[in-house]
Amino acid sequence: MEERDYRFIEHERPYTYRDGDLTVTRGSAWSGPGCHLGCGVLLYTNDEGDLVKVEGDPENPFNEGRLCVRCLDLPEMVHNPKRLTHPLRRAKEDRGKDRWERIGWDEALDLIAAELSKVKDEYGPESVIFSCGTGRDIAPYITRLCWSFGSPNFVNIFSGNACYLPRVAGCIATTGAFWVADCAQQFPDRYDNPAWQLPETMFIWGNYPLIANSDGFFGHWVVDLMKRGMKIVMIDPKVTWLSAKAEVHLPVRPGTDAALALAMMNVIVNEDLYDHDFVDRWCYGFEELREHVQPFTPEYAETTTWVPAERIRKAARILAASKPATLQWGVAVDMTKEALPAGQAIMALFQVTGNVEVPGGIIVPPEILNYGGGWGFELLGDEQNEKRLGLDKYSLFRLGFQAAHPNTTIEAMKTGEPYPIKAAWVQTSNFLACMSANSTEVAACFRELDFVAGADLFMTPTIMAFYDVVLPAAMFPERDGVRLGDGAQRAEAINKVCQIGECKSDMEINLALGKRLAPEAWPWDNVEDMFTEMIATSGITFPELREVAPVYLPFEYKKHEKGLLCPDGSPGFYTATGRIELWSTYYKNAGLDPLPVFDEPSPGPIATPELLDEYPLVLCTGARRWPFFHSEHRQAKRLLAMHPDPWIEVHPETCARLGVADGDWVWVENMLGRAKRRVKETPIFDPRIVAADHGWWNPEGDPENLYDIGELCINNLIPWGNGKSGFGGNYKTNLCKVYKVKEGE
Amino acid sequence: MAEYGLLVDYEWCTGCHSCEMACAVEHGFPVGQCGVAVCEAGPWSYGEDGERWQVGYQPAFTDQCDLCAARTQAGGVPTCVKHCQAKCLEYGKLSDLAGRIGSKPKQALVALA
Repeated sequence: MEERDYRFIEHERPYTYRDGDLTVTRGSAWSGPGCHLGCGVLLYTNDEGDLVKVEGDPENPFNEGRLCVRCLDLPEMVHNPKRLTHPLRRAKEDRGKDRWERIGWDEALDLIAAELSKVKDEYGPESVIFSCGTGRDIAPYITRLCWSFGSPNFVNIFSGNACYLPRVAGCIATTGAFWVADCAQQFPDRYDNPAWQLPETMFIWGNYPLIANSDGFFGHWVVDLMKRGMKIVMIDPKVTWLSAKAEVHLPVRPGTDAALALAMMNVIVNEDLYDHDFVDRWCYGFEELREHVQPFTPEYAETTTWVPAERIRKAARILAASKPATLQWGVAVDMTKEALPAGQAIMALFQVTGNVEVPGGIIVPPEILNYGGGWGFELLGDEQNEKRLGLDKYSLFRLGFQAAHPNTTIEAMKTGEPYPIKAAWVQTSNFLACMSANSTEVAACFRELDFVAGADLFMTPTIMAFYDVVLPAAMFPERDGVRLGDGAQRAEAINKVCQIGECKSDMEINLALGKRLAPEAWPWDNVEDMFTEMIATSGITFPELREVAPVYLPFEYKKHEKGLLCPDGSPGFYTATGRIELWSTYYKNAGLDPLPVFDEPSPGPIATPELLDEYPLVLCTGARRWPFFHSEHRQAKRLLAMHPDPWIEVHPETCARLGVADGDWVWVENMLGRAKRRVKETPIFDPRIVAADHGWWNPEGDPENLYDIGELCINNLIPWGNGKSGFGGNYKTNLCKVYKVKEGE
Repeated sequence: MAEYGLLVDYEWCTGCHSCEMACAVEHGFPVGQCGVAVCEAGPWSYGEDGERWQVGYQPAFTDQCDLCAARTQAGGVPTCVKHCQAKCLEYGKLSDLAGRIGSKPKQALVALA
């Protein structure tokens, strides 16, 4: 690894110091509980070792002292009486029953290692899958465990990997890199950095960043920039605080983002608004794209997307006129089956208008460790990699992308083809309540396994349904670590300030299991040495990082002109043609359409009109709420009080038609199943749409009723089924009906 | 008489509730009680074409707000001000803040202590 010129933050005090009766320790909120961001925090502990208060760290350029409600209320999560505090074992025949027995750490780790080794010896290492939840802190360690064990099947139980990864894979295929909005997050001096420029307009597409805080993007940067004069264009089915302040709001029908983007491209090419110089020098396939978008007129798109044609024209013209324009996109792009072309169509808008690698545009973020790729793939070897589930069907999974294909994995669990799946190791993933499609079907698959073990913060429906052993995982104030993360990476130190029960960090657990299962790949005596190796290019050790974090990488704009995007140092982009491929040679070779196509979301009002009599409403799931991160935080009373019920938002006209009113409990149902929701009457979207919260379970409920997920989990209505590329799944585009819950139900 | 207060630039209040939570945990208030409550106006559409929307928030300070006396005496700012994600709260002497109330629309000056 090359040595790089890193920049450190100077601090007034050491990383831990006294303030009155309390000890204050700087750190990074990475996670769980909570989101991906790793905000700078100050953790206050008393002399008894309790975490008593959390504040934002004003010296951290990322969040500048600000915090959201989840971290402010962190002590209520850390000291929650419902925490798992010691390893538990249960007899296999008692799966689903609340019959756990406390065991010691060595016994638990030995048992897990023995059971996984047994499957390895009998069926091969590929018959063990390794899984974690959303990509927070665990991915590098669990992937290393998976690959050093010899299994190619690191997998998220998530149809079509429908979050972030479709956009990552698509961007890598067409541009050789991933792209983020430039909010000066790569500079320690942020908005004061002389090289940075304020975006003239930010297009916020398919996410509500103020709440979602996804992909390394602190949502309230949008507000920082709006105060400085930046305009926004909002692409979101809903009216929101942001859309009300937008120059234009495009209330797109869920799942039709590709059609909308292609119509905007139609305006940009036909009105000659594109950046000729950039397209001539750096793009490939523009003429094919120009021809391709001709049928996608704004009038066509109005019918398809439900967005007025004139607003589409206006948004396209604003994009072309804004120098620079930037894009903050999100998960809604991924949560339809044909996510890949949608992402391709959206990204092309910012490419042909020359907003690539310019200050205030979209940039390739600096990385210390390839975040999407995991850690230690070389340990796996080609022969085992070829067995990776889905690799033979979906060649995009070969492209710098090392996870197995979730839908193929579930099929393998059902059919035993191409080989049987016999065991699972899962870390901090309550997938039955959250990311899995059709949870009922998935639970049945996992119940068939010989052995399931994992680590988590709390007992969950997923653990209760089928785990045989569960280990208590530490929350971030209870562990040491490094935060690299998504978006523009900076090295943050996570510093342990307290100990709950016998909890150990995921990293300690992975090191201990690694030493048992593949000791040659886990040579470190402790996690501290492991972290030092991970940040080796910085030239500092983990103990040194504690004092100087966050550490920033050097950053330059216009990397394509300087040969910084290609491994051989040649100018251009790391693709077959050396250009941004508007017409993708990679897709062509993979049997996919080289240009961004639009497929009607199916089922849907246009694709399957025959279903509308029974299921007349478009169901969009996954609405983000301030107090929760996915299925987390329902145990914290202060947070739950902010949003105590799982909502379905319904337009007043629709409420009137259905005979339901604000506050009513209703069933949301389709051909796959049903879920209970409480009506929130709201005029913020088209009356044909309803929008449901996700991630709901009831930690106070009966464990043997799986904490009520049978009736609360909206993913009971979500189908498995992915796009042609293997990526993308229908989480935001389904059909449903809504009717009142009867008394006693 | 009041000498200190907050200048609220409510144009930018996003309704994130960080002020409420920061206040509640700082003072150890029971669940549901707070020194500040975020109030919502909207959503509703207005104007001739119905294409404009009112979606707004504003913090209201309650009887339990002591302007974080312990923090300010130690030289700090109230925890709501520190943690506001939109940075739309400013603490200071009313005489100083009053001079800035007209610097932009959609501001409110709250006299508290």
